[in-house]
Amino acid sequence: MNNLTDLEKKINSELTTKINKTSINHDQIFVEIDKEDLIEVALFMKTNKDMKFRQLIDITVVDYPEETQRFKIVYLFLSHEFNHRMILSYFINENELISSLTSVFPSANWMEREVFDMYGVNFKDHPDLRRILTDYGFEGHPLRKDFPLTGHSEVRYSEEKKKVISEPVKLEQNYRNFDYESPWEGTKYIKELSETNDKKN
Amino acid sequence: MTKKIKNLNLNFGPQHPAAHGVLRLILELDGEVVEKADPHIGLLHRGTEKLIENKTYMQAVPYFDRLDYVAPMNQEHAFALAIEKILDIDVPIRAQYIRVMFCEIGRILSHILNVTTQALDVGALTPSLWGFEERETLMTFYERASGSRLHANYFRAGGVHQDLPAGLENDIAKFCETFPKIINDLENLLTDNRIFKQRNVDIGLVTKDDALDYSFSGVMIRGSGVPWDLRKSQPYDCYDQLEFKIPIGKNGDCYDRYLCRIEEMKESVSIIKQCLARMEKGPIKTFDGKISPPSKAEIKQSMEALIHHFKLFTEGYRVPKDEIYTAVEAPKGEFGVYLISDGSNKPYKCKIRAPGFSHLQSMDYLIKGHMLADVPAVLGSLDIVFGEVDR
Repeated sequence: MNNLTDLEKKINSELTTKINKTSINHDQIFVEIDKEDLIEVALFMKTNKDMKFRQLIDITVVDYPEETQRFKIVYLFLSHEFNHRMILSYFINENELISSLTSVFPSANWMEREVFDMYGVNFKDHPDLRRILTDYGFEGHPLRKDFPLTGHSEVRYSEEKKKVISEPVKLEQNYRNFDYESPWEGTKYIKELSETNDKKN
Repeated sequence: MTKKIKNLNLNFGPQHPAAHGVLRLILELDGEVVEKADPHIGLLHRGTEKLIENKTYMQAVPYFDRLDYVAPMNQEHAFALAIEKILDIDVPIRAQYIRVMFCEIGRILSHILNVTTQALDVGALTPSLWGFEERETLMTFYERASGSRLHANYFRAGGVHQDLPAGLENDIAKFCETFPKIINDLENLLTDNRIFKQRNVDIGLVTKDDALDYSFSGVMIRGSGVPWDLRKSQPYDCYDQLEFKIPIGKNGDCYDRYLCRIEEMKESVSIIKQCLARMEKGPIKTFDGKISPPSKAEIKQSMEALIHHFKLFTEGYRVPKDEIYTAVEAPKGEFGVYLISDGSNKPYKCKIRAPGFSHLQSMDYLIKGHMLADVPAVLGSLDIVFGEVDR
């Protein structure tokens, strides 16, 4: 499949019931599915002779804390054969368990460990679900939007105990989050004009 | 009588010189044969992605230098391209040549470091002494263009920060004349060297299928014979106007990867030469005052320019709601930025895809059944830099 629109049609016709939405943007195809269908869809995309999405580039999560379906799980795929990129995604609730892709792509192992570490999303059937980037014994999930930028604890070397200890963060000065976004409302007609322009974009 | 033999667990790193930074590798040994390798990473984790979410787009650029600190500008390039695609900005041609030129300089910087330290890991000291002298020259070019040797902060959405200083183009051209000789010298020392070959040939073999399954990219996938380079297959900036070849390996072992890197350096020199030849005087960033700051002279005369300048360095520019993944061919492989903007002046989410992360992941698969002494050789040919693996 050399053309993205043909690919989109093909995906929609082959996997009709499993696809919620497809779109094309910036030369990439975005596909939304249900979480139950992940393995099946990924396997199909990997093996189908017209798609050949042989490589899993990355797995990540987008956190929308105010939504009920809080996490958007995103899978990036690459097809060397047809030079296409696909972005597969679905939404889950905070405590939902999702299936691991390690059986289809061995490289999913560390990527899922990172997702687990950073967002606290749990995978079933993962061979080795441990924290990966944070420190041994770390608590919390740093990339969640409700995790503070300064973190909860800091480490230092304690002269009395002769070892490195972990304590709650104590800031000499409060963390300042400057909001530079203009509070200036501007003249009404200009504001309306810029809003309509924003919509166009 | 039966004796019970227990496998030995060995802790390699995080302070081992051959661990290339802060890798803690837990090896399970049966005699001298490695049964299992479990890399523990994250000792250099700085939370780059979290920090970027809390900074404006322009303030986020320096974080990219600190990922793969051996080739800083290549990372900035991916971020700049992502914003440019969302905002739909055209980059002036001179800026494109400057960016491509510095990306290739970054590629040489990275490959010199990798080739020579790999030689160091298997016992050759001289290449690193010769190579690092050249790296120093290249970093002076970085310094003259951007003001700092390593953390350049030079690329911007819509171009580069400032034009090249007088004389720099000539000096880079001179370097292009002398550098091939240095590559030859390195090759004389290593390519046919008996010890170097014994330590690298048929070590760390990767088949084509496994290279795909383990999400390899860059030299790691090309060394196994997959003709894939983003500069050719998904060209960005002016790469489609330049002529260069992509070296492909045959066996997928450490030695082939070394050969690929050497050839890539030669191609990079040719790309730099082409850029210098085609570069004409002209603007180096977009004129859109909403994206790139006006010149000092303009600020003195135009109220509009002054306002733009003030707004850019306080509020920053806003990027409309969008979602994009852009990747560049960094020296180590596919370096990608998955950016979600929400219409404000800060990225809502910025996931960094580092090539080293998936390469290091395959350590267990690569090293199983090899001898302990092969661990540094394989690690060296993976080309790991912990800035990008740990983020």
